[in-house]
Amino acid sequence: MSELTALGIAEARDLLASGKLSSRDLTAAHITAMEAARHLNAYVAETPERALADADASDKRRKSGAAGAMDGIPVGIKDLFCTEGVETTAGSRILKGFRPPYESTVTANLFKAGAVMLGKTNMDEFAMGSSNETSAFGPVENPWRRQGDNRPVVPGGSSGGSAAAVAARIAMGATASDTGGSIRQPAAFCGIVGLKPTYGRCSRYGMVAFASSLDQAGPMARSVRDAAIMLGAMAGFDLRDSTSAEVPVPDFEAAVGKDIKGLRIGIPKEYRVDAMPPEIEALWAKGRAWLEGRGAIPVEISLPHTKYALPTYYIVAPAEASSNLARYDGVRYGMRKDAAELEDMYEETRGAGFGPEVRRRILIGTYVLSAGYYDAYYLKAQRVRALIARDFDLAFEKVDAILAPTAPSDAFAIGDKSDDPIAMYLNDVFTVPASLAGLPGISVPAGLSAAGLPLGLQVIGKAFDEECVLRVGAVIEAEAKFRALS
Amino acid sequence: MSLIEGRSGQWEVVIGLEVHAQVVTESKLFSGASTAFGAEPNTQVSLVDAAMPGMLPVINARAVEQAVRTGLGLKAEINLRSVFDRKNYFYPDLPQGYQISQYLQPIVGKGEMVLDLPGGATRTVGITRLHLEQDAGKSIHDRDPHKTYVDLNRSGVALMEIVSEPDMRSAEEAAVYLAKLRSILRYLGTCDGNMEEGSLRCDANVSVRKPGGPLNTRCEIKNVNSIRFLRQAIDYEARRQIELIEDGGEVKQETRLFDSKKGETRSMRSKEFAHDYRYFPDPDLLPLELDPDWVVAIKASLPELPDEKKRRFQYEFGISAEAAEVLVAEREHAEYFEEAAKGHDAKAVANWVTGELFGALNRMGKGIADSPIKAASLGGLVDLISDGTISGRIAKDVFDAMLETGREASDIVAEKGLKQVTDTGAIEAVVDQVLAANPKQAEQLRSGDNKVIGWLVGQIMKASRGKANPKMVNDILAKKAGG
Repeated sequence: MSELTALGIAEARDLLASGKLSSRDLTAAHITAMEAARHLNAYVAETPERALADADASDKRRKSGAAGAMDGIPVGIKDLFCTEGVETTAGSRILKGFRPPYESTVTANLFKAGAVMLGKTNMDEFAMGSSNETSAFGPVENPWRRQGDNRPVVPGGSSGGSAAAVAARIAMGATASDTGGSIRQPAAFCGIVGLKPTYGRCSRYGMVAFASSLDQAGPMARSVRDAAIMLGAMAGFDLRDSTSAEVPVPDFEAAVGKDIKGLRIGIPKEYRVDAMPPEIEALWAKGRAWLEGRGAIPVEISLPHTKYALPTYYIVAPAEASSNLARYDGVRYGMRKDAAELEDMYEETRGAGFGPEVRRRILIGTYVLSAGYYDAYYLKAQRVRALIARDFDLAFEKVDAILAPTAPSDAFAIGDKSDDPIAMYLNDVFTVPASLAGLPGISVPAGLSAAGLPLGLQVIGKAFDEECVLRVGAVIEAEAKFRALS
Repeated sequence: MSLIEGRSGQWEVVIGLEVHAQVVTESKLFSGASTAFGAEPNTQVSLVDAAMPGMLPVINARAVEQAVRTGLGLKAEINLRSVFDRKNYFYPDLPQGYQISQYLQPIVGKGEMVLDLPGGATRTVGITRLHLEQDAGKSIHDRDPHKTYVDLNRSGVALMEIVSEPDMRSAEEAAVYLAKLRSILRYLGTCDGNMEEGSLRCDANVSVRKPGGPLNTRCEIKNVNSIRFLRQAIDYEARRQIELIEDGGEVKQETRLFDSKKGETRSMRSKEFAHDYRYFPDPDLLPLELDPDWVVAIKASLPELPDEKKRRFQYEFGISAEAAEVLVAEREHAEYFEEAAKGHDAKAVANWVTGELFGALNRMGKGIADSPIKAASLGGLVDLISDGTISGRIAKDVFDAMLETGREASDIVAEKGLKQVTDTGAIEAVVDQVLAANPKQAEQLRSGDNKVIGWLVGQIMKASRGKANPKMVNDILAKKAGG
């Protein structure tokens, strides 16, 4: 590790501001590290020339006194975000070679704030997965290893490339997206901070859609403060996304470091699931004690519909996906397998272009929306979703934030769960409820498992109260004294 | 009620219509691309219309306003909350793989329309609903034997689907309904009603039954693009179904196409092959919530519609229901008439407009906007008749001259010396001249045979080249009769 890749966003920002550091040097150090860490497969596309050009432009801007919040900071961009002129595949063969002639709002905002793009990060195909093993461009390795076991473990998913890149210090931060846990779970597996904002906080314009009512962009970074800085540069109302919220973007960073005296922290009893490893349970209790020690008041709460969250999610998300992915038909862009008949062209293109997990979810989604099944599945799932959201509404009448584990286990070995979709889906058991309710959630690294792998704690907040989530997350971070990979 | 005679007795035809009306807007329903007709293929396509990855629909407020305006014009309920759904199916001219439409909660609910039928009868047709949806692009199959070309200019254009109840009982009623709906849309300025360009298309649901009997299976005839074809298609389809049933067969629920060249309908796809569209609420769009004050403001801005205008014309101008009906069918016609009639003999103006003027414009293939005779000029012509300056016969010549030159009636009359002769002495001179030339008829007149008067008037008018005042000619002859 070079000295420069040891820096966090906030520290680098201050050094850049004082003139002691140039973005060019900072970026060059990250490019060198990125190239040295290719075995991780964290990036699907590296853009070093662009990064250096961005860095030089940043240094020039800074000299003229017009630097933005992320100016000169090298970051990775999840390959789900359309980047103008730079190949964007969403981890799928069907979009191989696709170069969007437009920029997503989130990346445009980041670049406007001065961020430097190092490359596009690997991900589960169309963000469908919890281990980054469904990517058409191969799995990503978690830079962490079990103690005494050199077999690679998964980084989590779907934002596995972003998480691994940030943990391995080959990006200072990275964009990610969360549909059912795709920011928080890989953040937990890789020992970094991942923040899923409130649904509507970041624009979905130009973000390849998985499940429109759930997809939400957010930052990954190595500290709560860095995540707050980055979110501030990504968020904001966008006329081009009808579901984006017309609310002001607060100074998220200002929330980091505020005390939590008197804050009421909900401990949901339904999150004590069967077969939860004792070490997860113990970490959760530790987190509670840390917060209590800092003056917060733990409150036992009930979120009675929690057990229905996962099945509800696995109806709603595939239903939307089955429709959202219909546009990949070989007609206008991306892959096409020619055939004499139209139906054959569709079948061959989509059959070859989509991987098995994506095909599975398209089939599930098509099924639950079909005549005769719609009421029993999709409609019922929507009703349960409303009940889950109501559980949170009622809970937030009594508490300011909720503390829970991020994932039910530490990272597993590559290949371990890839044949068992249900086991894979269970990874999202603690993250999916907040996704269904559209609430903000952060995962903060809080300790190590017996095997020596990172574990995360999750803080869930009220809608558009990311500040509280960051405030509590920062306390956990300070108490946990988690040691990142160096 | 018009019934159809079959071998087994009389049949009643039951018709409901689904009309697709392209909304008059500058841009598409969910994107900023232009909607102008006739552009080069694929030149009016935004990233949203082409369904590029990550592109999102944003509702066009103008299209919503137009739908509300139309709903109000149809005296229908406006739903202050409506929902956009996705209708999923694969086709190359449907880039998203779904059409954004409104399924369970449309923007406009129940309304009604009263049809005035020939002979003075009326029929009330229920409007079931009106909803907003996107049009698809166009597939062109005949350019290449193996390939299909796709033009996405229409992709995403805003349509209103207006669904009627199955309340019509003849092809004639369906035609009147469609014509009236088109008229209302044009008055409102929400659809140009141009069926040739496809701005207005119609699907007809047709079934037959014994009068008063239960409804039979219906067939849907798709994409009929003229009122004449609608009539033909329904007549053909009703007869086909009657014959089928009378031959012991059964009507299958299916979608049929009207072949205007052959004048027949033929099967397109049967229900077994119908799509399962997997409708569900579009998660990219929030439910559409309307401000009640906004709806009230739109209502206040509605123009006078054909029904009200017709009643006012009858009341204000004393013209017949038939004439009023003809005049209000097109807003431009009604406006022309009203301008021409103000301060003039309105009944006479109505006769001139619906008779001579419409006939002439029809012959010339011109619309009222291009009429060589402006409304005020037509009023001037009628005045010349009313005040006795010219006779009705001369007026027709003056009208023709006006058509040709676009000049004022009074100028033409003055220039050609067509002013009616009202000088008793001058007319008497012509009368005497004609009587002298026709001694036999003169004798008849004098002997009190009044039957000859009409013939003599004709001769006298001819001799005066139409300029003699016919009433004065009659008076003079009457005095000489029985002399």
